[in-house]
Amino acid sequence: MSNPAMREAYGKALADYGAVNPAVVALDADTSSSTLSSYFASRFPTRFFNVGIAEPCMVDMSAGLALGGMLPFVNAFAALVALRALEQIRTCICYNRANVKIAASYAGVSDFKDGPTHHAITDIAIMRSLPEMTVIVPADAGEAAAFVKLIAEYDGPVYLRLNRSATQAVSQPDDNLQIGRGIVRRPGSDVTIIACGSMAGRSLQAADILAGRGVDACVLDMHTVKPLDNELILKMAGETGGVVTAEEHTVIGGLGSAVAELLAQEMPVPQACVGIKDTFACTGPDPETIMDAYGLGVRDIADAALKVMEKKIK
Amino acid sequence: MTDNNINNLENTARKLRRDVISMISKAGSGHPGGSLSAADIVTALYFSVMRHDPKKPHWPDRDRFILSKGHAAPILYAALAECGYFPLEWLDTLRKAGTCLQGHTDSTLTPGVDVSAGSLGQGLSVGIGMALAAKLDRKDYHIYVLLGDGECDEGQVWEAAMFAPNYKLDNLTAIVDYNGLQLDGTTKDIMNLEPFANKWRSFNWEVMEIDGHDIAQIIDALNKAKKVTAHPVVIVAHTVKGKGVSFMENNVDFHGKAPNKAETELALKELA
Ligand SMILES: Cc1ncc(C[n+]2csc(CCOP(=O)(O)OP(=O)(O)O)c2C)c(N)n1
Ligand SMILES: [Mg+2]
Repeated sequence: MSNPAMREAYGKALADYGAVNPAVVALDADTSSSTLSSYFASRFPTRFFNVGIAEPCMVDMSAGLALGGMLPFVNAFAALVALRALEQIRTCICYNRANVKIAASYAGVSDFKDGPTHHAITDIAIMRSLPEMTVIVPADAGEAAAFVKLIAEYDGPVYLRLNRSATQAVSQPDDNLQIGRGIVRRPGSDVTIIACGSMAGRSLQAADILAGRGVDACVLDMHTVKPLDNELILKMAGETGGVVTAEEHTVIGGLGSAVAELLAQEMPVPQACVGIKDTFACTGPDPETIMDAYGLGVRDIADAALKVMEKKIK
Repeated sequence: MTDNNINNLENTARKLRRDVISMISKAGSGHPGGSLSAADIVTALYFSVMRHDPKKPHWPDRDRFILSKGHAAPILYAALAECGYFPLEWLDTLRKAGTCLQGHTDSTLTPGVDVSAGSLGQGLSVGIGMALAAKLDRKDYHIYVLLGDGECDEGQVWEAAMFAPNYKLDNLTAIVDYNGLQLDGTTKDIMNLEPFANKWRSFNWEVMEIDGHDIAQIIDALNKAKKVTAHPVVIVAHTVKGKGVSFMENNVDFHGKAPNKAETELALKELA
């Protein structure tokens, strides 16, 4: 079975959902042929607005459309919309609780070839800190497509973080995907790896390595970073006594921080955070090479789990 | 400027265009269209107009160049290498792991790059800061900012456009690479900019309109711009995206796509 790029799955799902729900409108900032909002644009030309290279204007327009009763999907590169239009997102989307869905494409280092201005490695931290914002980081194309309908039917601002490329497929037909409910991708009793986005697949690979070392790792697909699935995390942290988080993002403020905030207050257990270590990444030949070079390798996840295991024993 | 000089500069521009094609082809990704449309402007700046010294990239009295449309990095890299800021062999490393030539300009890695860019719409504001710094320091260096036409969709460009004449920044020259294409299509279809020159005029800029592929015209305009006092100057350079390679000219497909092997050979032949 082919595993499409996440943006491809999203773009097609948005166009399909547009046929179901006439309130859906889409906006893009001169990147529709990259984000693939172009699928929606060609099917529903009168419900698509290309605002040119003007992300802040696009975000505030989407707020107006939502306040006028439409259901806008904002499409842009994650790094550019989350940063350039941040204040607009905070004030006009979140503060109005405008029903806008931000589809933030090319996230993480998935726009590998264009370098740090085009990498989004701080967006989870930023978006997570905004009141009213829901933050979703699908693990693969299947989840990306399925979330289109789910977030459309949820009333409130959503940041949907999408990769440019394909990530390792982890989703299953019977997932029963729900906003705010993590998924156990692999049961395990020794340590819990909590991952989002492309790192879910990598964490499953790490769990295989760990199995070879006699460590039985549980892997959670934490597609919703906010609101966090506290119940599932506390349950598994309690059962395994140690946690690793893994995200294609800086270690500051993202999934790792969200989990640490929870555990520190409710159930302190040893934790290690796998993520980019407070640095800009660089241009690379593909996302995987960059990820391996910046501490997001399968080995890095496994090593982090082993470290947590040591701390547990002490 | 003699015909002979112009001829040499045209040859240089053609060489830089070949470098752009080779480096993007080897990298397997990049933005040929906007690099080629800016080739003659960048050639005029680096090989005739600007005061700079490749041996001293941090020389305090050098003229500054800001490539606000940072995706055209290959043409700047080609010019800097040809000037001698770094070895020509570096061009083969574009976008490769560990390279000093990132996909978009990085001022901390590449000798001769004054400002990092890649997120559109910001260069003119940075240029204003540099122009103010020059005035405060009583230095006579000049700041050149190259913008894309699609880039002018960004509101921040017009915030900067409002500021510069208010502060009479006559040491600042903006050049717009008016090639009529952006990422998704033509500027006419995506976001019509017209009447473009009049927009700048109404913001109190001195406006010049030129053929952005006529090196003599470019040099003449840039030199005139330097002499204008009490006003910043914008040069609207009418260009062709992909200029010099027949199948890339006016073709939005080559905004951000590398040529394949056959296309590379054909392009290099046309630019020979
Ligand atoms: C703020 C921002 N939004 C979007 C992009 C993605 N992008 C890169 S190039 C481009 C089109 C630029 O068109 P133009 O300024 O006309 O450049 P040129 O035609 O000279 O290549 C876009 C939308 C970006 N780099 N920065
Ligand atoms: Mg253009």
